[in-house]
Amino acid sequence: MNTATKQATAVISAEARPVSGAWAQDARADAARRLAQMGLPTRRDEYWKWTRPDSLIAAVPDAAAVFDYEGEPPVFHQIDRLTIVFVDGVFDATASDDLSGEGIEIERLADATAADIHWAKDLYGVLEARGQNPVARPLAAYNTAMATDGVVIRVTGEVSRPVSLFYRHEDATSDAVLHHVIRLEEGAKLTLLENGAAAARFSKVCEVDVADGAEFHHIRAQGRDHERQAITHMFARLGVESVFKSFTMTVNGRLTRNECVIEFLGDDATAHVAGAALGDGADGAFHHDDTVFITHDAVASESRQVFKKVLKNGAKGVFQGKILVKPDAQKTDGYQKSQSLLLDDDASFQAKPELEIYADDVICSHGSTSGAIDEEALFYLRSRGVPAHIATDLLVLAFLADAIDEIEDDTIAAEINDRLDAWLARHRG
Amino acid sequence: MLKINNLHVKLEEEDKRILKGVDLEVPAGSVHAIMGPNGSGKSTLSYVLSGRDGYEVIEGNATLEGEDLLEMEPEERAAAGLFLAFQYPVEIPGVGNMTFLRTAVNAQRKARGEEEMSAADFLKFIRAKAKELKIDAEMLKRPVNVGFSGGEKKRNEILQMAMLEPKMCILDETDSGLDVDAMKLVSDGVNALRDQGRAFLVITHYQRLLDHIKPDVVHIMADGRIVKSGGPELALEVETNGYADILAEMEVEA
Repeated sequence: MNTATKQATAVISAEARPVSGAWAQDARADAARRLAQMGLPTRRDEYWKWTRPDSLIAAVPDAAAVFDYEGEPPVFHQIDRLTIVFVDGVFDATASDDLSGEGIEIERLADATAADIHWAKDLYGVLEARGQNPVARPLAAYNTAMATDGVVIRVTGEVSRPVSLFYRHEDATSDAVLHHVIRLEEGAKLTLLENGAAAARFSKVCEVDVADGAEFHHIRAQGRDHERQAITHMFARLGVESVFKSFTMTVNGRLTRNECVIEFLGDDATAHVAGAALGDGADGAFHHDDTVFITHDAVASESRQVFKKVLKNGAKGVFQGKILVKPDAQKTDGYQKSQSLLLDDDASFQAKPELEIYADDVICSHGSTSGAIDEEALFYLRSRGVPAHIATDLLVLAFLADAIDEIEDDTIAAEINDRLDAWLARHRG
Repeated sequence: MLKINNLHVKLEEEDKRILKGVDLEVPAGSVHAIMGPNGSGKSTLSYVLSGRDGYEVIEGNATLEGEDLLEMEPEERAAAGLFLAFQYPVEIPGVGNMTFLRTAVNAQRKARGEEEMSAADFLKFIRAKAKELKIDAEMLKRPVNVGFSGGEKKRNEILQMAMLEPKMCILDETDSGLDVDAMKLVSDGVNALRDQGRAFLVITHYQRLLDHIKPDVVHIMADGRIVKSGGPELALEVETNGYADILAEMEVEA
């Protein structure tokens, strides 16, 4: 047994696992076994080459100061939404809205796992387990085994307003492990919003099952806290003609790794995953990692990855994106773009785009670039009287536009754009 | 309006002198043209005046209404009233033409201590100007110069000039890449802006643009200097005989 496996076995001993009903105990035990087999990640693992897992797996998280937003309202505050609040990873019923709504059932994870029979049984840890192959994601298995809170959401119709998960951070040493399960029934539609600093260390898994013809929109804002460490996983399974769209804005954060694992099982489905990350090393360390794995195992499915990063003062960006097209996944349309804008020589970006294609009638493309601000464009703008800092911000927002365009709702897109603009204004020079 | 005295400029990166003592004065209300063979330094002059990186002034000076241009940042020169219509307008994906223009107009107003233009006023203003230049609403919405034809790019330059209302307009080979109709449109746009308070410096290879934008003075530039100045007839002479005669004559005089 190697050290990582020993560690893994130790942290997931049966006594340590949260108490649940029978089916959930089984699911947690399965996850614990998976983790013990895989071992915790080490830098020798191919997918952890550029992101150090050490601080994510340390027994005790590094403390992270609670960020002072100086009165800035939380992202999405002006959007009519159903808000569910977690404080340092613990559900806060008082701060949350009433969880009932037309076409939607929301329960706390603990209530779902306590029930003998529950629909979430077919998903909890199930999509995560499917996503472990061919690339191991030990921290997701850890989450399934150890999650202490979360929500399970079942959507049966078109929900009138977005559901917003708001993660508040109040304790400088909190170590939050949340696990959500979302099931969109046939033809159902949901927009999920996520924001907030969450915890000193935040582990989150979200399993999303999108049934035939259903539509799932996800917009997430991470930041502006400087010292957080976060490891998040999204596992999605897509049915026939379903739609999955996920956008993440990340600003600041010592270490953030967002993994997104999508499996197309139904024909003619669409999945878009996008991200816009802004990091300034002057705020403290910044390391942002987007790791995506998309498996096309159905006919005529379309996937699109658009990831943009703006980095300066030693900020680091990582992108690992893979498109796997199975032999029968004909007419697949796979697109992947990952670009970074390095505002100075100290910033760095590592990218590993991968295509693995076994079908012969597909369109797949990928492009990864990193570059500096376009001096020609900058001069052109300045020659029209636009001061250098405003011109630079304009060009940065233009660079991010492709990713932001992936947000379908104009109001939410405008909100994200405003936040990015404000961040840039605070980080000039 | 614009005064250039004994301007010597070299490339920053290499020891190559491009301007070798340019003297030029363009008074308010006048249109001056600069003609000259390739490599004579015409475009360099326009870039140095507008503040592009990559050049080093080794001697001489340039002032706009008495203000030292060469000490200013590009945006300060613009706010002071200088405008360069680019030979190759830059494409800026992701920045809408309208956003770009509104940002520019308001930045200049702010720099001059004037009030910013409201969105409604701006819209009214730009629509009127765009109509004159046959620029449709679609073109205003598109990203700056992206997917524009050569003629559209040049018309867009003139639109910017009309919106920013500069005092000193430099047109760098605005006729290049234009067909006859587009040249007429662009020239009409320029002519509409001619007035007593504004001066133009039109840089061109060919006399044909000067049929539309009638200059008061024509300068011939060669090897980094103004070698000859005269009335509009000088442009006709170039058109007929090329630069060789003039250059030969200068050699003789020298």
